[in-house]
Amino acid sequence: MAELYEELGLTADEYRDIVRILGREPNKVELGMYSLMWSEHCSYKSSKTVLAQLPTRASYVLQGPGENAGVIDIGGSLAVAFKMESHNHPSAVEPYQGAATGIGGIVRDIFTMGARPIACLDPLRFGDPASPRTRYLFGGVIAGIAGYGNCLGIPTVGGDIYFDPCYDENILVNVMCIGVMPKESLIRGQATGIGNAVVLLGNRTGRDGIGGASILASQEFDEKSQEKRPSVQVGDPFTEKLLIEACLELLERKLLVGLQDLGAAGISCACSETAARGGVGMRVYLEKVPLREEMEPFEIMISESQERMLAIVEPKHLDEVLGVCRRWGLNAVVIGEVVEGDALEIYWHGEKVVDVPASSLASGPVYDRPAERPEYLDEARAFDPSSLRHPEDCGETLLRLAGGANLSSRRMVWEQYDHMVQLNTVVYPGSDAAVLRIKGTSKALAVSCDGNSRYVYLDPYAGTQIAVAESARNVVASGGVPMAFTNCLNFGNPEKPGIFWQFREAVRGMADAARYLELPVVSGNVSFYNESFGAAIYPTPIVGMVGLIGNVANRTGIAFPDEGLLVVMLGETLDELGGSEYLWLLHGLTAGEPPRLDLRLEKGAQTVCIEGIRRGIIISAHDCSEGGAAIALLECCCAGGIGARLEVETELRPVSWLFSESQSRFVLTLRDEDLDAMRELAGSRGVPLRVLGRTGGDRLVINDWIDLEVREMNRVREEALEKLMRG
Amino acid sequence: MKVSVFVSPKQGVLDPAGQATLGSLKSLGFDEVSDVRIGKYITLRLEGIDADQAEERVREMCERLLANPIIEDFRVEIER
Repeated sequence: MAELYEELGLTADEYRDIVRILGREPNKVELGMYSLMWSEHCSYKSSKTVLAQLPTRASYVLQGPGENAGVIDIGGSLAVAFKMESHNHPSAVEPYQGAATGIGGIVRDIFTMGARPIACLDPLRFGDPASPRTRYLFGGVIAGIAGYGNCLGIPTVGGDIYFDPCYDENILVNVMCIGVMPKESLIRGQATGIGNAVVLLGNRTGRDGIGGASILASQEFDEKSQEKRPSVQVGDPFTEKLLIEACLELLERKLLVGLQDLGAAGISCACSETAARGGVGMRVYLEKVPLREEMEPFEIMISESQERMLAIVEPKHLDEVLGVCRRWGLNAVVIGEVVEGDALEIYWHGEKVVDVPASSLASGPVYDRPAERPEYLDEARAFDPSSLRHPEDCGETLLRLAGGANLSSRRMVWEQYDHMVQLNTVVYPGSDAAVLRIKGTSKALAVSCDGNSRYVYLDPYAGTQIAVAESARNVVASGGVPMAFTNCLNFGNPEKPGIFWQFREAVRGMADAARYLELPVVSGNVSFYNESFGAAIYPTPIVGMVGLIGNVANRTGIAFPDEGLLVVMLGETLDELGGSEYLWLLHGLTAGEPPRLDLRLEKGAQTVCIEGIRRGIIISAHDCSEGGAAIALLECCCAGGIGARLEVETELRPVSWLFSESQSRFVLTLRDEDLDAMRELAGSRGVPLRVLGRTGGDRLVINDWIDLEVREMNRVREEALEKLMRG
Repeated sequence: MKVSVFVSPKQGVLDPAGQATLGSLKSLGFDEVSDVRIGKYITLRLEGIDADQAEERVREMCERLLANPIIEDFRVEIER
């Protein structure tokens, strides 16, 4: 064993701990289980202490981190479950199946809590848009999301897509799912009740995703066929759909004590986590697990075959549970039982092959990694954008930005996704946040995903605060009140002090912003080791914000809805070109100080916007983010097909006013008669408000800087991505 | 020259279509069936190329387009 542990990724200290816990050397099966459960992916051993500072509580939080998904109370005895996670590495190997099984996994996390999944959102990051490999990965990932999500009948309503060479060798595929449930249906991934049955539902188990542990295979087996150990998992959305319906029916009929999905580390993880959470032991008879092919015990224990669930069932309900599964055409087999104590005992044809404390698998080691401020920061941030020669023609610059990979329309992507199925989507993708009505009520959810990794690269603390603020701002601009968020933290190798510093600063920023804006973190995911050839991606924390719209009639869109309305800017525009899309696209630079975030001003601007929408003063709202005020105004024009004539009074140079990505800003439209009320509202919170001009006509005119036809701007931004990705 | 290409899911990779068909066959009473794997059969007609070259070219076509080498195996048969 001693020579195997290193190959399985365990350290000498970790191996010693295992021996200490067991009071003996582990056998092969046990070692395989520990190696997976104590991996970074399952144990969060590097991140746990840092994540502890995130605020997770609020009166309406029903379930915070630590379960399959977070759950919040939205009133009227309804609750919302949501979570984001990553499927980066599988998607880099096989983009279609990697993305597809990512959707499968996050959807299972949601219905495992008892909620019906109503929408998915997918933040994606790809490399240089000009590279053929990027085009291949892009096509595969989008098709995988569409293929799996569309088969399930769950709409994909949002997310975001950015391209940067830092993702050339390591794309990011993050997936978020949201579900709605009656509050009373909330169920946890807990095993309780001595004597209760442990039931495995869904797909049969095969040799999926055990490539890394295949050195555990017995020699003879290994010689038979190397090829028998694929690490790529193939998704089966039709079985997943049956699982959703069967599990929701079982929950509605109150037939389950606990429910847990099988993800990473398969049966090992599901059994040890449910037993540990319930404070019980579990006995499992491995020969009862339905298999696709002949397998060894260690393979069955760690297989990551998709579309499987573990249910804890009282004996009196067992027949009914098996009957429901049979009716949905699903395999359902009793594989074990809940027992006293805290031991996880696994038997294979009568022989005990595993006997370990369940809690020791579920709570692995904890590390306090060394952190050191990386050296690149001083030089990158010292750059002064005012030293650059800026282009003369602002109109042409705006068109270049609007037609670039990062700011162009995402229509070609979301049109491949079924974004309307279930008929809840009232604001389609392409707005600030997707808006989903909640059937049977007047309420709606506004959901947005954000994370600008350039800001985080240049200033992990402030950049991550901005991710929280911007996602909340997007929800606000749609008429929602932000309630809580989930996150996916994508970083490089945490064993490198520079990377760990980025991570620590990012989480500190997230915690401070969350606390100030009173937004609890209810679930999340950490993805480390996003590196290739020793180079890490930019640190990429992504926030998925969920807000509530009390009355769906009060939602707002980004489009200029009519002619003759006042266009106003809420918030302050500063000379802040550092880290901007303008700097990247026009000058090839990711440098300078990223925009500052004043949390007091941010909260003020959001409160003013929420109140203005609620009182019906604000007719349309759009937040200013990447590409600055100019891109925000262009998007308002394009969305409504109506132009605007604007006079901007400013001390700033035209490029600075147009393309600075200053935070805490909204572009709003109002009626003349509401201007005084709006001024008063903004003034009461100390938020600057400036009238820019009026909507109307078919051109966007800003001073003598920009004069462009709306139709032309729209053509450029609509065509761009398709042209880039079709090569 | 006629070339046949057989593409099938790799050993051990989940084949959802095969699994679904297996289930349906069993429900129709074909209890003797224990596994189903579903692949594709592609025919190509090539011209102006000799058989040795053809084999190499078709293998490249499979690697790059006709099959997904990460999850599928393929076999090429050339009718000489």
